[in-house]
Amino acid sequence: MARLIVYYAHPGHKHSQANRAMAREARRVEGITFVDLYADYPRFDIDVDVEQQRLLDHDVVLFQFPVFWYSTPSLLKEWQDLVLEHGFAYGAGGDRLAGKTLMLAVTGAGPEEAYTEHGYQHHPLRAFLVPLQQTACLCEMRFTAPYVLYAALRAPSEGRVAPHVTGYRRLLEAIRDDRYDFDAAAGREVIEHDALPLREAN
Amino acid sequence: MDGILLLAFLFLVAGVIAVPIASRLGLGSVLGYLIAGIAISPLLQALHVDVVAIQHFAEFGVVMMLFLVGLELQPRMLWSMRARLLGLGGLQVSLTAAAITGIAMWLGQPWNVALAVGLVLSLSSTAIVLQSLNEKGLMKSDGGQAGFSVLLFQDIAVIPMLAFIPLLALSGAPEWAEVAGVHAGDEASHASLSLVDHLDAWQAALVTAGAIAAVVVGGSFLTRPVFRFIAMAQLRELFTAAALLLVIGIALLMILVGLSPALGTFLAGVVLANSEYRHELESDIDPFKGLLLGLFFITVGAAIRFDLLLANLGSVLAMTLGLMVLKAGVLYLLARVFRITGADRWLFTLGLAQAGEFGFVLLSFTVAQAVIPAALADQLLLVVTLSMLLTPGLFILHDRLIAPRFSVSQDREPDAIDDTGSVIVAGHGRFGGIINRILLSAGFKTVVLDYQSEQLERLRAYGVKVYFGDAMRPDLLHAAGIEQARILVIAIDDRENITELVRHVTEHHPHVYIVARARDRHHVYELWAAGARDIIRETFDSSLRAGRSALEALGVHPYDAERQIRGFVINDQEQMRGVADVYDPDIPAHRNPAYVAATKRYLERYEQAMKGQSAAFGNRLDRGWVPPSAEDLAAEEAAVNKAAEADD
Repeated sequence: MARLIVYYAHPGHKHSQANRAMAREARRVEGITFVDLYADYPRFDIDVDVEQQRLLDHDVVLFQFPVFWYSTPSLLKEWQDLVLEHGFAYGAGGDRLAGKTLMLAVTGAGPEEAYTEHGYQHHPLRAFLVPLQQTACLCEMRFTAPYVLYAALRAPSEGRVAPHVTGYRRLLEAIRDDRYDFDAAAGREVIEHDALPLREAN
Repeated sequence: MDGILLLAFLFLVAGVIAVPIASRLGLGSVLGYLIAGIAISPLLQALHVDVVAIQHFAEFGVVMMLFLVGLELQPRMLWSMRARLLGLGGLQVSLTAAAITGIAMWLGQPWNVALAVGLVLSLSSTAIVLQSLNEKGLMKSDGGQAGFSVLLFQDIAVIPMLAFIPLLALSGAPEWAEVAGVHAGDEASHASLSLVDHLDAWQAALVTAGAIAAVVVGGSFLTRPVFRFIAMAQLRELFTAAALLLVIGIALLMILVGLSPALGTFLAGVVLANSEYRHELESDIDPFKGLLLGLFFITVGAAIRFDLLLANLGSVLAMTLGLMVLKAGVLYLLARVFRITGADRWLFTLGLAQAGEFGFVLLSFTVAQAVIPAALADQLLLVVTLSMLLTPGLFILHDRLIAPRFSVSQDREPDAIDDTGSVIVAGHGRFGGIINRILLSAGFKTVVLDYQSEQLERLRAYGVKVYFGDAMRPDLLHAAGIEQARILVIAIDDRENITELVRHVTEHHPHVYIVARARDRHHVYELWAAGARDIIRETFDSSLRAGRSALEALGVHPYDAERQIRGFVINDQEQMRGVADVYDPDIPAHRNPAYVAATKRYLERYEQAMKGQSAAFGNRLDRGWVPPSAEDLAAEEAAVNKAAEADD
């Protein structure tokens, strides 16, 4: 059993279609920790000690958020700035997160084809996630391919939210039960609901 | 009775006219009083007024001033001054006395007369120097502190001088028995009022030590319960009476045991410097001190004997200038040795270069003891007076010509003033208490004023610096340092008092930033009209938090609840500001058409927003996270695709 913690961050929670449904589902998964960051810290007064202890108590850390302007929502950035302290997460003596895994579950407004050289985003989605990948690297954490929903704003009208949410549940359960194949995932750009790299239970 | 009234009227008229003019001209109050004294001296002579007797009475102002100085001085600070007090003070007196003695002997005076003159003229004027330093805000500067050390030493040195001078009359045949008879208070005539006359030396020493111990111990332990008892009567004048009683009582005790009353009250002041009643005592004694010192300066001016001066103009002027140059020289030398630098060195040098009021006392004493011939004493009296008269001029010289050149070193001054507290918190109840805790925990020094003495003592136990007194009194605000304060937090309970205080401070101390407590919405408008701009409704924020808690309990996401509350605050403040501008405290709100119209407008907007017809309320804060509508999305994508095609 891997100890999994999901950090959910969405300031416009009540307007959300995909992320809110994902969060509702994640909250129901047993045996993992679910944190709604905007509910825990509505006034941004992040408790660094509590958060660091949470990280120490888990093996896999998963950030679930909508990509806003090629970055995380502001509270999640604040969380990184405060919690990933020098001497804890990186720098001299900062190896407390070494060996853990960081995963992202993100939704993007643009369609998949926008995240190409000739699309209007001009770069693959992963290019915009490099800061987080490097953050994991500096913390000696494994960064694994993100679970992605493209064109999230149109997903409800196209019936793509429900399968994405189901896939999310299966993914979280697989990580919890050590059935998620991180090695297989390492070869992928992104993970989508119809192609989860799962192993059969031993 | 008529005579007293006439005299009082004369002195008051002279002071009230001359001092404002002198202050306006930048000459300082001391010079104003001196000039007033000179102006009325012919009148006083015509009325056969005993100016010298009034002067002796007015010298009590010096005693009060030292009490006030003591109040400003923590015992710790006094201890840290000890090197300067003994070193600087001791050297100043001994070097100056030695030099003057030498010159007097060279001028042909016998050694005993010369030595007496040296001792008399080595002293400086505590009254003029401290008054001028306070007035110019230089008391806390390095030069001011050094000057004060020297003055304090001189005040102490007067006592052994009074004991020593009679020996000089006997020229070489000291009879110690006679000495004991005269080391009483300021004057030989006070000797009759002595406890220690008939005692042996060791017994006298014991009684003296006992008296000092009584002042220190009594000040530390007895004053608090006594003051609390008096405060319970809730009568202001009673507190003033008690403060006067304290000062006069200590002065009397000191005279009885043959110590300087100024020294005794100074000690009492130091002991009380940590007391919560400090500012109250300060504001009670201050007017008396001011009036007595003013009277003293007037009498100095009035006592100048112009007939004598004109007859000996050359020699008196030469002696005065020579004396001041000599004293300044010694002071400058000491300032160098004790590393007083820059403008402070000049302040120290020029400020203390005069002879002082103790000179008057000692001169009349030396004449009585037949040490100095009366003719010489009369001339010396003129020298002392003239040198005091010239001192304000030297302060002006320092202000205008010397200090500007050292403006860099003067930059440190605001730091020094800091210890009066840059923040005044008026009221330490449920409201002010929290504010004070916040300010203290952020490292700011505060001066807290409250008039509930039981509460003060409880707070004192926790190390909170609080002072007894009603913040509504301008003099207490002054004592608390409103002139140097950056911020005044008004946290008192009474609605009218808050408004009144805002009005007073915005008018008289416009440099002070006010944070005002408002009882309710209408009070906010009143305070706005009174000039406050940072107004906090006392229950508004707690209501907001309660509202937020209710929203969260109803299942609203905590972050949404937070945004909702913030939106409410912004909307509410906007409305308040809009209405505050048209609010008129003199017209009842419902009869003010502009006020009614503005309120109506906001109520309409509020209702519309509640019905979702306007973006004004609430949702404007989270509009950033409202996704675009389906149509907008389609149109946007079409545009993007078109652009992409054009690119290809």
